[in-house]
Amino acid sequence: MERFLRIDRRIIFAIITVAVIVSLVLRFELPIPASEQVLGIYEKIESLPKDSHVMIAFDYDPASKEELQPMAVAFLHHCFSRDLKVIGMTHYPGAPGLAEQAMTSVANQYQKKYGDDYAFLGYKPGSASLIINMGENLYSAFPKDFYGNDTTTMPVLQGVDSLREINYLFDLAAGTTIETWIAFGKEKYKFELGAGCTAVMGPDMYPFLQSKQLTGLLGGLKGAAEYEALVNKKANAVSGMRPQSVVHVIIIIFVIFGNVIYFISKRSVHA
Amino acid sequence: MRKDSNFFILVGTIGLFVCINIFLMASGKLPFSFDGFGIILGAGLTLAIYSFLYKDNPAFKIVENLYVGVSLGYTIIITWFNFLKPDLYDPLIVPMFSKATTKAPQYALIIPSLLGLFMLLRFSRKLSWLSRWTFAFVVGLGAGVSIPRVISSFILEQIKPSLHPVFSGGETIFSSINTLLIMLGVISVLIYFIFSVEHKGAIGKVSKIGIWFLMISFGASFGYTVMGRLSLLIGRIQFLLKDWLGILQ
Repeated sequence: MERFLRIDRRIIFAIITVAVIVSLVLRFELPIPASEQVLGIYEKIESLPKDSHVMIAFDYDPASKEELQPMAVAFLHHCFSRDLKVIGMTHYPGAPGLAEQAMTSVANQYQKKYGDDYAFLGYKPGSASLIINMGENLYSAFPKDFYGNDTTTMPVLQGVDSLREINYLFDLAAGTTIETWIAFGKEKYKFELGAGCTAVMGPDMYPFLQSKQLTGLLGGLKGAAEYEALVNKKANAVSGMRPQSVVHVIIIIFVIFGNVIYFISKRSVHA
Repeated sequence: MRKDSNFFILVGTIGLFVCINIFLMASGKLPFSFDGFGIILGAGLTLAIYSFLYKDNPAFKIVENLYVGVSLGYTIIITWFNFLKPDLYDPLIVPMFSKATTKAPQYALIIPSLLGLFMLLRFSRKLSWLSRWTFAFVVGLGAGVSIPRVISSFILEQIKPSLHPVFSGGETIFSSINTLLIMLGVISVLIYFIFSVEHKGAIGKVSKIGIWFLMISFGASFGYTVMGRLSLLIGRIQFLLKDWLGILQ
């Protein structure tokens, strides 16, 4: 029994890898019902009239791409299909490449024109100071967009002077930016805020749902999969739910197995 | 002997990787273009990083250092073109030294620029005292801006749902139970963290309930963490099977 407790960890890695590969290759459907917090964001976007301004904060970098990029793509699909004006920005220097890729690829599918229907303001440091600056004057915070265009003359930003005129802000966060947006943005400039975050951060964000400081939350790959299913754009997140579910079952079995072996070996020592 | 076997495993793996890529390009599964080579590079870097799960090795070390270097280089370039150039160089430096521009230099930018430069003087023994001015400014501004916002957003706004009435009419029995659980959780965890009173009798019993709430929250966090780490693995394997090997559609 003792040898089961000293099993080579590489065997576990191999089992997990094989389980992921097999469940990706074998296609089987799993139900992906939308949870209340995901519906909160979806219904908010559905309720916005055409040409409303939605801001997306791409606050993540390639290390969190696998969880947050599918959320960004699914959310962009929803916004562009509803003819909303999308404004992107980021607090992360590693994000512009990912944000630009997501915005351009989805916008092209809906024949949206840069500058008229969407814009990417790029990266600025400052965190809380930047949010306060955007809350007072968006053009002072971002005089130029990511490509060096003058933001004051961009048609997509017409009617938006500050964060107060943003109809909905969606923060895709790999760090503490959701709290920063709540404290220095939402509470002060009174805009509606939704968030998508990595699974690791998920449990810390639930109190903000309870207090209604967030209208909704996409937590990890599961949140992304639920949103993909809601907007009917099933992609990597939905197909990732198969290995996710299979491996979760395997891990639960490992946990139970490890505990059973531990108690049996403990009992045999006492006996 | 052991070092030799490790060397052969490394060389064999690299050789296999090269052969697979030659086959993929020859069979047309990967385009002979920058995109194709980009995918090969991405696949190679992914496999090199995951090779650490077997054993620490030179391929992992190289890629680890490459990641740090590339991240830093990318950050410097993005910071220059997105921040320093449009917000400092163009409005201050260019008008000061270029006769072509009609805009007047924004001299007010000199103050924050100097404060920023003072930060770097931490490296000078003679002038490091100047960095204290910057730190004083940052701490003072940070505290002034943050304290009211944090109290309002994270304490006052969070207290509201905790004080939500259990029966105010219109709610379901489950939402009432939820409210009661929140109340019990808040009180018991707060009591658990009162260390100036010995945890005996009623206090001890309530603090034990607090421990249960904490354990459940740690379990939820751990479960989410497992999900998050798995998502990263799934994403990388999707890339390898879909973009590189073309097995998945």
